[in-house]
Amino acid sequence: MEDFEPNIIGFLCNWCSYAGADLAGTSRIQYSHNVKVIRVMCSGRVNPMFVINALQQGADGVLIGGCHPGDCHYQHGNYLARRRISVMKKLLEFMGINPERVKMAWVSAAEGRKFADVVDEVTEEIRKLGPNTKIRRKNEW
Amino acid sequence: MRIGVYVCECGKNISATVDVEKVVDYAKSLPYVASSRVYKYMCADPGQELIKKDIEELKLDKVIVAACSPRMHEPTFRAAIEDKGLNPYTLEIVNIREQVSWVHDDKKKGTKKAKSLVKSSVMRSALMEPLDRKKVGVTHKALVIGAGIAGIQAALDIAGSGYQVTLVEKTSSIGGKMAQLDKTFPTLDCSACILSPKMVDVGRNPNITLIANAEVEQVDGYVGNFEVKIKKKPRYVIEDKCTMCDDCVAVCPVIAHDEYNQNLSPRKAIYIAFPQAIPASYIIDPDDCLGIDPLICSKCKDVCGPEAIDFDMKPEIIEDEFGAIVVATGYDTYPIENLGEYGQGNIPDVITGLDFERLISPGGPSTGALRRPSDGKLVKNVVFIHCAGSRDPAKHLPYCSKICCMYSTKQALMFKHEVRDGTAVNFYIDIRTGGKDYEEFYQRAAEEAKVVYIRGKVSELIQDGDEILVKGVNTLTAETVELHADLVVLATGIIPSQGTKDIASVLRLSLGINGFIKEAHPKLKPVETSITGVFVAGCATGPKDIPETVSQAGRAAVRACNIIAQDEIEVEATIAHVDEMLCRGCGVCVETCPYSAITLIDTKRFGNTYKVASVNEALCKGCGSCAAACLNGAINQFGFEDKQILAMIQALGEE
Ligand SMILES: Cc1cc2nc3c(=O)[nH]c(=O)nc-3n(C[C@H](O)[C@H](O)[C@H](O)COP(=O)(O)OP(=O)(O)OC[C@H]3O[C@@H](n4cnc5c(N)ncnc54)[C@H](O)[C@@H]3O)c2cc1C
Ligand code: SF4
Ligand code: SF4
Repeated sequence: MEDFEPNIIGFLCNWCSYAGADLAGTSRIQYSHNVKVIRVMCSGRVNPMFVINALQQGADGVLIGGCHPGDCHYQHGNYLARRRISVMKKLLEFMGINPERVKMAWVSAAEGRKFADVVDEVTEEIRKLGPNTKIRRKNEW
Repeated sequence: MRIGVYVCECGKNISATVDVEKVVDYAKSLPYVASSRVYKYMCADPGQELIKKDIEELKLDKVIVAACSPRMHEPTFRAAIEDKGLNPYTLEIVNIREQVSWVHDDKKKGTKKAKSLVKSSVMRSALMEPLDRKKVGVTHKALVIGAGIAGIQAALDIAGSGYQVTLVEKTSSIGGKMAQLDKTFPTLDCSACILSPKMVDVGRNPNITLIANAEVEQVDGYVGNFEVKIKKKPRYVIEDKCTMCDDCVAVCPVIAHDEYNQNLSPRKAIYIAFPQAIPASYIIDPDDCLGIDPLICSKCKDVCGPEAIDFDMKPEIIEDEFGAIVVATGYDTYPIENLGEYGQGNIPDVITGLDFERLISPGGPSTGALRRPSDGKLVKNVVFIHCAGSRDPAKHLPYCSKICCMYSTKQALMFKHEVRDGTAVNFYIDIRTGGKDYEEFYQRAAEEAKVVYIRGKVSELIQDGDEILVKGVNTLTAETVELHADLVVLATGIIPSQGTKDIASVLRLSLGINGFIKEAHPKLKPVETSITGVFVAGCATGPKDIPETVSQAGRAAVRACNIIAQDEIEVEATIAHVDEMLCRGCGVCVETCPYSAITLIDTKRFGNTYKVASVNEALCKGCGSCAAACLNGAINQFGFEDKQILAMIQALGEE
């Protein structure tokens, strides 16, 4: 288990959390390499199906980053995301998957340090949970 | 499908911690990849040329650039591939600098992550489809709603740029609250003297169509093409015929409250709001008139020489189209009835700041000499209470109304100028004088005019004989204060006007927690709203003084002109679209969309009519929330299609 490197898929909104991740870069803040990012315009775009799919396709965890409450570039997409993801976490529990594998975080475009911290924290938490073996499917291609 | 993958070294910025050659080799092993290359600076001209040459020679259909953040150079590379005939929206950027090389020192791990990201982009790229640059035509005309100083200034500035503008005002005259003010801080120049010339300009400007006594009932459409329905209530006086002779007023038998004078004096059922009113015409208030019926009373009609009175006038619906809208519907003041601690409006000599403006005005109810409402006695001692309703999250408004410190100070000064031997006492929580020359103005009041300032809140006001007992605490000395006053003026807080709330619901604008119209961005988009093409100015967005209102109105006018000056405007390309065969018309997406961009429409299929979702391309801003909400996968987002994102997920899931 010691050398288990979690594979985490991150969905970041273009305006806040993706920009925060870029800022971590321009500030040269080092953080763990385990989160691989898919950029969406708004965290509200993240269909719960994407999260389940990520876990099926081999991810050990999922991170969803949005603007802080009240700061959404699209009025309230981040609230929609929060609502959907919390419902989906219940579903995960029902499916026997630890809902802690899915994390939401509010990161603003000014919070490079916070983004790095969030990634490190999420990585460590998932590392503790170990590899995701449920509902996982093997692709051959 | 032939994809080219271009990996940038960014000098050493990327290559120091990512093995770019390995990334290129890996890319070449991926499906659809026809070519992959490294270059030192991909964004520089030779780098772009390299890509362009490959597009031509290798007949590439898609291009992927692995370099810095798409927030840096997406436009650069989009333009480059468009130059060679590829659709700009099929460009894919892999962020291997900000999100890989700069944040992971470990070259092995960084390279592995970069490879994985490149793979996910190849998967997405393979599924990308060309998108249209969407354009819509523009009506070269603006609508300004509300004609206080904000709306007046916005209309004059738009008209001054040579565009047609329609100005809609709810009441019988333009001018708004500023028309009620006597003098203005910090210069004490007379409000009417600086406002009236602007009002006259509005009336005369050939580019401005003024519709007073009217409200906007319905707005459809979108930026560039708003379809607007305006309801003009009957005035019963023909504006062009009225010569303002005042003969009708003398004969009208009805006595009503004069709103312009804060109900502190009477007016007739036929009246003019104030002498400088624009449109310069009298009006009959149908609620006050005995019947708008010559059989009941037609005294005014009988005496009107120019035959301006028309009892048969009907409400009129005016329909027009506009390219942009400015909302300038202003404020109201916090109702005195809510202030239990200050008598709830039941103590006649406890009045509001606006009441005071009218009372001290030479044209006001007491014609200049400051007489109090209860018994008309000349006022000698007056107490001003700041923050009446403001900065009190527990009971009243949580926010600071911003202008009350200044207007109370102004009113105290005006009082001292008029009643030299009188005393003026101001109770305040903090004195906020953050404006040009404002602090000096306050110093002048306190030091030269000897206005007394007591830091502390007044806890109670009690009628005591013919005076008012003011009970409070001086929080600097921790002593209780009790004093008697002839008149108490409450600096009641600024709240969004009813008209602001009404128009927000007509336009479906977002409101902030305090009910004011919410800006698109509190700092950088202070006049933009949640709806493209709708701008806001003045106190409709929050408490403001006149200088700030005027500057904001100017910016709103420029932003409106930015739109109406165009023949066509480009709208977002990565918007939502509906697969009608999958849609079951549940309307979940309609509720989800923050911009009301989706409606359910009827569609014919095999002879039957079904409801399906339809996206208004000009309203959609491309957040994709609807696509995540639809349970049938019927609505999706161009450029961020489910299948594209799922392909990326698949690539990233496999180690
Ligand atoms: C007591 C007092 C004293 C003040 N003294 C000063 C001073 O000395 N100096 C200073 O700089 N500022 C002063 N102010 C502030 C000043 O009044 C405001 O800054 C200014 O009036 C704001 O203008 P506005 O156009 O935004 O709003 P408003 O003046 O409220 O104008 C809004 C207009 O829109 C109309 N309207 C509303 N809803 C609709 C609708 N749905 N459709 C059509 N029309 C609509 C209204 O009838 C009104 O004409 C004072 C304020 C108060 C309360
Ligand atoms: S697109 Fe989806 S959410 Fe919208 S009405 Fe159709 S089925 Fe319902
Ligand atoms: S993408 Fe966003 S803005 Fe566009 S229709 Fe869907 S919910 Fe509305």
